[in-house]
Amino acid sequence: MSILESFSLAVKNILSSKTRTLLTMLGIIIGVAAVIVIVGLGNGLEQYMTDSFSGLGTNTLTVNVMSRGSTRSLSVDEMYDIVEENSDYLDLCSPTVSMNGYVKIGSDTVSSTSVQGVSEDYVDISGASVSSGRNLQYSDMKLRAKVCVIGAYLDQAYFGGSAVGQTLRVGGQSLTVVGVLAQQEDTLEEGSGDDCLYLPYTTASRISGEVSSYVVTVKDENQLDQSVAALENALYEIFSSDDYYTVTSMAEMVETMTSMINILVGVLAGIAAISLVVGGIGIMNIMLVSVTERTREIGIRKSLGAKERYIMQQFVIEAACTSALGGIFGILFGYLLSAAASQVVTRLMEETLAVAPTLAAVALAFGISVGIGILFGYLPAKKAAKLNPIDALRYD
Amino acid sequence: MKALIEFRDACKYYYMGDTVVKAADGISFQIYKGEFVAIVGQSGSGKSTCMNIIGCLDVPTEGTYLLDGRDVSQMNKNELAEIRNEMLGFIFQQYNLLPKLNLVENVEVPLMYAGVPRAERRERALLALDMVGLREKYKHKPSELSGGQQQRVSIARALAGDPSVILADEPTGALDSRTGREVLGIIQQLHAAGNTVVLITHDNSIAVQAQRIIRLEDGHVIYDGPADAPDAVVTPRAAGTEGGAAS
Repeated sequence: MSILESFSLAVKNILSSKTRTLLTMLGIIIGVAAVIVIVGLGNGLEQYMTDSFSGLGTNTLTVNVMSRGSTRSLSVDEMYDIVEENSDYLDLCSPTVSMNGYVKIGSDTVSSTSVQGVSEDYVDISGASVSSGRNLQYSDMKLRAKVCVIGAYLDQAYFGGSAVGQTLRVGGQSLTVVGVLAQQEDTLEEGSGDDCLYLPYTTASRISGEVSSYVVTVKDENQLDQSVAALENALYEIFSSDDYYTVTSMAEMVETMTSMINILVGVLAGIAAISLVVGGIGIMNIMLVSVTERTREIGIRKSLGAKERYIMQQFVIEAACTSALGGIFGILFGYLLSAAASQVVTRLMEETLAVAPTLAAVALAFGISVGIGILFGYLPAKKAAKLNPIDALRYD
Repeated sequence: MKALIEFRDACKYYYMGDTVVKAADGISFQIYKGEFVAIVGQSGSGKSTCMNIIGCLDVPTEGTYLLDGRDVSQMNKNELAEIRNEMLGFIFQQYNLLPKLNLVENVEVPLMYAGVPRAERRERALLALDMVGLREKYKHKPSELSGGQQQRVSIARALAGDPSVILADEPTGALDSRTGREVLGIIQQLHAAGNTVVLITHDNSIAVQAQRIIRLEDGHVIYDGPADAPDAVVTPRAAGTEGGAAS
């Protein structure tokens, strides 16, 4: 008797008790669907993170400096010197002064805008470009000019696209808009990358205090580690201690975040996989009942010449088919849930986050469900194969 | 001439706690090809044990059973399954058809285990159904048939594999007398066509349909001879106190 024969027997048996098969498969269906959705969610999150950070460039380093009394501190000029001295590795540099103030435009107050004091290089560093007016200039830094460059969102939403030359207020300081940045994202939204305002860091530090962080770009992304080392060495020379500064690379941050997401997804998928095991036990349970119910059938088959391995084969394949079918339903269900979850997350978070199941996760989930069927079908099948034909024939 | 079935001092003991039940206690007989033999006995006489051994569902505890010259007593389960498939056709009292399969699929089961290809299997199964007059109902399920018809399907199933021995265990036991006679008629036809038939029954009126009767009591053969001899159907009651000791 061939495997194909056993397979058609199994399919016949599964079809003859649809409700029971469906209930048996439920554990597998839920398990597979859960694994697929969770892995898909993890992928979506990772993609979302990568997308959000890629705007800032993976070739940038962030330097944070804590002042050490009045004796040891890092002036902006010193920082520029460091960058210049290490020009083999380091390229552009900009101090960054974050300001937690509102932007006041006429009588409107805008709280969503990210306001930063930066140098003339920052627009380049962040990968943006000026679409009208001019960029910030070195002279603006020197003169502590009361000017600013704004993102496309503010321009469109509050100035009707003609912001250059207009004034607005940040932290009580009146600023003249000298330039507007080109739109970076697909849609102009509050709080997006286009909702930003850059003013000279010298002007900003007057309002918000000393400069304590910098963004530095590296010449060659492949030499990120060497670049970080060079920067750190230079900083160590100034501070004589590594407690007063931190150098973080964007790529490193993305990596850290990604690995955290992966761990989280791994744990969640592991929990979901428990459902697969429970589903497998459900299959074993039903198969054991089925063996008892079909004792007479087994007796008849044996008396007609079925060897133990044929009976074994029949039951194992039946269990494997049941769980494989559950796996297929689970995959379909998982894809449906993923699509639904994408919709829900997009609505709730007002962010596009695609729950995208990977093919590998789907294949793995299916493989595991078939494996579970075989594993948990083995015991009942063994029991069936070992039945004594005389007793089995007499069984009612 | 070599015997097709040969029991040489075959014994079957069952151990129930401390007591040993001797279901078969030194049974010897020979059945030749083409014979129609009835093995008769009351319940507990050892005829079921005898049938299980002839049918290769069980092996004797002691003694030898030769089927077509091969020693079955020493075979393992797989070899027994193979022998059952190749050499034996079973007709059971309760028909024992598989309820989920239709008639032709039921008849195909032994052929499937014999590894007969699908198309040939179907052909042979339909031929066997034709012999019992149920070819046109081949797509029906067993539950849609009367008892007599179901028994005819099980006869077709026994025939399909072209076995050396047809083993009928109380084939009329679950039927009324008219359909019982019908079924017996078919069995006699099988014998007339040259098949070796072994009929197991407790009923003398059925046993006399055979050529030869082997009568068992308490695990011993107490008569082995032609069915039409006067003492073939007489049950000796001399040892009344021992009656049913093996049950």
